Amino acid sequence: MSKFRKKKSNELPAVNTASLPDIVFMLLFFFMVVTVLRDDNLLVQNVLPKADQVEKLKKDRSVYIYAGKPSARYQDKFGTEAKIQIGDKYTDITNLKFALTEARQKLLPELQDRVMVALKVDENTNTGKVTDIKQELRELNMLKIIYITTPGNEINN
Amino acid sequence: MARRATPEVNAGSMADIAFLLLIFFLVTTTIEKDKGIARQLPPIEDIVDPPKIKEKNLFIVNVNRNDQLLVDDNLMELKNLRKAAIAFLDNGGASNGTAEYCNYCKGKRDPASSDNPEKAVISVQNDRLTSYKMYIAVQNELVAAYNFLRDRESQRLYGWKFTEVNNAIEEGSYKGNEEAVKPKLEEIQKLFPMKLSEAEPKKSGS
Repeated sequence: MSKFRKKKSNELPAVNTASLPDIVFMLLFFFMVVTVLRDDNLLVQNVLPKADQVEKLKKDRSVYIYAGKPSARYQDKFGTEAKIQIGDKYTDITNLKFALTEARQKLLPELQDRVMVALKVDENTNTGKVTDIKQELRELNMLKIIYITTPGNEINN
Repeated sequence: MARRATPEVNAGSMADIAFLLLIFFLVTTTIEKDKGIARQLPPIEDIVDPPKIKEKNLFIVNVNRNDQLLVDDNLMELKNLRKAAIAFLDNGGASNGTAEYCNYCKGKRDPASSDNPEKAVISVQNDRLTSYKMYIAVQNELVAAYNFLRDRESQRLYGWKFTEVNNAIEEGSYKGNEEAVKPKLEEIQKLFPMKLSEAEPKKSGS
């Protein structure tokens, strides 16, 4: 017995932290990969309305349309009338079809005919603007739309 | 000069550097989950013979430019809309014995209101100047009414909630046999089909 006891030292061996950087790097890479830096530069005000009866958006097959008043820094140039934005620039309602077809072509080919149009519209916009957009979408035969909202409820805020 | 052995680089601070980067990405990451109310737009086609809908089967929600609600010719607050829609859909006014009789409805069975959920149509009319906020709020309440009734029926028939199972399947986190559940979901949808119609918004007076 004493033989064994002899070997045992009283000091705890230091924990080997050599692999710690590797672990941390793995986490780092994970977050770097999943991070999506905002892909569209917002040119319009975009406070989304609240709703709680919602469905999730499938991102790979969606085209975004933004609408709302121009952001504060663009208001001198473009006024305060609500505008539509697709991609990185303002689009006129008459030009909507062209811009949408262009945006659709950026998607994967096999998903192009199952496009979902995500409408990110500022809550202070008039419904008329949205109706105009919807009419254009119908003419383009892009019938699946989703009104993007933020969680919440208008009634009890 | 004598060559000295290069000392080993001290990698002790590597972890700190990596941590710093990690924390930066943790903070800036917003895993975007866009959620919203999905809709299917009607295709453009000339309807030669529009189906006739009896007035009692129509639930007309009218929103004016001041965001006020007019439901079947009565002013209504937004918070009462859900209840009114549920009452309308769940009414089941067709009399017992007819083909249209709704045996799962729990409403008042008022003959002056909708015959059955199959027939009941909710029609929303907006003014062009209605705010989008109000528009979404109304849509949300109406979808909520359908969801409430679907939940009730699935609870009664199968013991689970329609919306919960539907969401779980969509997120891929449903524990159980998806294939077996899907026909049941469709069954529930058939009991309360979502019939939301949207009229072309009226031009505003000024």
